[in-house]
Amino acid sequence: MSTATSAQPMVQLGGIRKSFHHLDVLKGVDIEVGNGQTICIIGPSGSGKSTLLRCINHLELPDAGVVVVDGEVMGYTEKKGRLVAVRAKDIDRQRRTVGMVFQRFNLFPHLTALENVALTPRQVLGLSRKEANALAEEQLARVDMLSRKDAYARQLSGGQQQRVAIARALAMKPKVILFDEPTSALDPELVGEVLQVMKDLAAEGMTMVVVTHEMQFARECASEVVFMDGGRVVEQGSPDEIFGSPRHERTRAFISRVAHETAASG
Amino acid sequence: MTSTAHASPGEIADPSIRSARLARLASLPLKKHAHPWRWLSGAFIIAALVFVVRAFARGDIEWSEVAAYLFDDRILEGLGQTVQLAVICTLLGTAIGIGVAVMRLSRNPVASSVAWFYVWIFRGTPDLLQLLLWFNLALVFPTLTIPGVWEARTIDVVTPFVAAVIALSISAGAYIAENVRGAIAAVDHGQLEAASALGLPKRSTFRKIVMPQAMPSLIPAIGNHAIILLKLSSLASVISYTELMGSAQEIYYVNARVVELLFTIAIWYLVATSLAGVLQYYLEKWYGRSNVVTRTNSLDRATARVLNRLRSGTKGA
Repeated sequence: MSTATSAQPMVQLGGIRKSFHHLDVLKGVDIEVGNGQTICIIGPSGSGKSTLLRCINHLELPDAGVVVVDGEVMGYTEKKGRLVAVRAKDIDRQRRTVGMVFQRFNLFPHLTALENVALTPRQVLGLSRKEANALAEEQLARVDMLSRKDAYARQLSGGQQQRVAIARALAMKPKVILFDEPTSALDPELVGEVLQVMKDLAAEGMTMVVVTHEMQFARECASEVVFMDGGRVVEQGSPDEIFGSPRHERTRAFISRVAHETAASG
Repeated sequence: MTSTAHASPGEIADPSIRSARLARLASLPLKKHAHPWRWLSGAFIIAALVFVVRAFARGDIEWSEVAAYLFDDRILEGLGQTVQLAVICTLLGTAIGIGVAVMRLSRNPVASSVAWFYVWIFRGTPDLLQLLLWFNLALVFPTLTIPGVWEARTIDVVTPFVAAVIALSISAGAYIAENVRGAIAAVDHGQLEAASALGLPKRSTFRKIVMPQAMPSLIPAIGNHAIILLKLSSLASVISYTELMGSAQEIYYVNARVVELLFTIAIWYLVATSLAGVLQYYLEKWYGRSNVVTRTNSLDRATARVLNRLRSGTKGA
């Protein structure tokens, strides 16, 4: 809580609830992400952290609660004391301010790395092919993938694909980027290159919400760590607080279990 | 020969491996499967073919007449009509198929039921019946009217050609719709999520993400329909449209060389359908260039070999 108040809020989640087939996945979640902050959401599988992330850009529609990004309510507009759902084209516009990076990369396999990055700017920002390609090359250079710009996804390693996916998100100049377990599908030796790109982004002041199992990354880069379990935020605080002196028993159990696993595998 | 060839024995180079048994086993020659049944069944089928060909060669057919009519003006004219009909119906059928598939997959219950109903009707009734119904539209609606703008006698509008185009396109569209639906549904859901997250509008997502990935698995189906339509166009002869079949009939009604003319047009149908197959091969290659879907079978490989040989042949000349 201490650090969140220092920055202007970029993403605010209030009272988010979501259930799938009578299974309550999110039971009322409030989180605030300050401008330029990196928030890491950790927690056991099934704790609802990925669903929460997907609620931010309305890939999942919350059953209740609101998402506010840079002051604007996602997916709704306030009319006569009610929140009225906006049209598809407005939600598309809102989503452009929120980048997303997926666990399984989801690059478009029929397009080259460059085309993957240039496609959306070209389609929605009205850029010419030349302008869009220039923008795409600039973003690929940021993730050190410019040399492979003409490669298709199948010709790239998982780490390279994920870096292209990050460039694709960056090309829309988002105000915040959501990372959904960005390194979970990678071979261990490829995790580092992706985390490095994310560290650089955090250092540049990009606002980021990261669902991750990489405790080391959370410890080093997070401005704030959120521990979720059973569809609720159990504890939130600075990395030192969460990893050093967790207040809740469940947090403590999770941290020691994960630390144990990391020690065993490393 | 190759199937029974013996591979040369192996030798263990690593001196640290001292197992005598392993060394002896590694030194044994390898013998592959001999496949005697392939040779036997192949010989049997060739014998059967020779018998059939010989029977036809000796039968009561004037083969010189088959050759003589091959480049007859009326036959070539009919061939042109057949190809024209098939091309138009393939294109229209594909357009209809994509549209109907999108409606079928739509969340709008009205659109999706209309699409279901369309497929149900036109896939469930014979093409010949549909053709006759469209041709006889004038019996139901003597005149076609757009109030205040346009009016015409149905008979003048729905000519045999128009009736054939409408009937065959609509029927092909019903089949192709099902293929398109399958191809679209097979596109990974993560692709749609990535597009949504980028804020790519629905239309762009469909055009730039979904269809390009659905196409490789769709091309074989559309190619198949092009071939079916080349053949189905012969039905149009029933409503007095002189495509290839109709032209042959007009000739043999006069000279009674029925079987000869049927063989003549059979050759042209084979030529046309084979060329459609070649076109399909190139389309598949074009859409498969990023290798989203790679599917090759022995026939594709055979086609590729023939085409490569033709190309290198023309280059050499």
